[in-house]
Amino acid sequence: MLRSELREAVRNGLPIFIGYFPAAVAFGLLAKTSGATLLEAFLFSAVVFAGASQFIALNLLVTGVGTVGIILTTLLVNFRHFLMGASLSTRMTDLPGRLQALVAFGVTDETFSVLSFYKGKLTPAFVLGVQFIAYSGWVSGTLAGYLAGGFMPEVLTQSMGVALYSLLLAILMPEVKSSLRSLFLALGAGALNTLLIAMDFLPKGWTIIVCILVVSTAGALLSIKYPAPEVNHG
Amino acid sequence: MDNVSLIPLILGMTAVTYLPRLAPFLCFSKLKISPFMDGFLKTIPVAAIGALIIPGAASATPDMPLAAIAGMGFTLVYGLFRGGIIIPVLGSVAVTYLILIY
Repeated sequence: MLRSELREAVRNGLPIFIGYFPAAVAFGLLAKTSGATLLEAFLFSAVVFAGASQFIALNLLVTGVGTVGIILTTLLVNFRHFLMGASLSTRMTDLPGRLQALVAFGVTDETFSVLSFYKGKLTPAFVLGVQFIAYSGWVSGTLAGYLAGGFMPEVLTQSMGVALYSLLLAILMPEVKSSLRSLFLALGAGALNTLLIAMDFLPKGWTIIVCILVVSTAGALLSIKYPAPEVNHG
Repeated sequence: MDNVSLIPLILGMTAVTYLPRLAPFLCFSKLKISPFMDGFLKTIPVAAIGALIIPGAASATPDMPLAAIAGMGFTLVYGLFRGGIIIPVLGSVAVTYLILIY
């Protein structure tokens, strides 16, 4: 039982590892060139564990933004995980308290996406397994990037930047193929996000939050008016 | 930033990142959820992934956005016919790489 859960976790977590490792190498390298120590680079990834905000923090540091400003930006950038956690928590209602604290730590865009569209039951062993694999990719990549520096050619690093987006699209494909409604909701979210970014009045990270709020409200109204089994991937 | 320890910054970032992650598990898992809320929460994955991909994917290769878009095209076409994650991910990286070096 546990064995098969862990095998499933590896199968579902490995693609995240493949996406995280090179991104984390880039982070480790950038941390080093920004003047962070090895311990600081490691701690960024090991205790913050939130990709985009770590890159943003380094950028802000180099441009001279203070600690409080960076922490506030981080809160804004990472607040979307609140919404993702809310969605995920409804599928893990019988989780004991201590495990909740662990599972919550492992909520990222990618683990959330993989877990959300997983068809089976979200058991603690499976969820923590997927999250641990993602986490180990992020932390080991950071160390590799800091220590071994530019061992990857620039072109390859850039190409691997596509991996995370490709991962998200591959997760979404079965859903949008089987549900026209999901297809339109996903495209609507992308269109709205593009518009909001172009209008450039929201802080970084908040365009996605507004998209989630607007599109999920539309989805909720649709599902009440036209209840359909395909929205139910739980 | 030399000589200035980043540890206070890292701890602050940890707090503001972890609390929004933890809060929903503490509140929502015990809450009785209305049909509207249920529909809302179930749409979040689709909405979030849509907004995470578009338009960000094009900026994965800032020097040549077309390379990243072609890589995503591979994932899209592959996904129309087959399932799975690893092959589309590795394939999209390969397509992007090939376009960038030629």
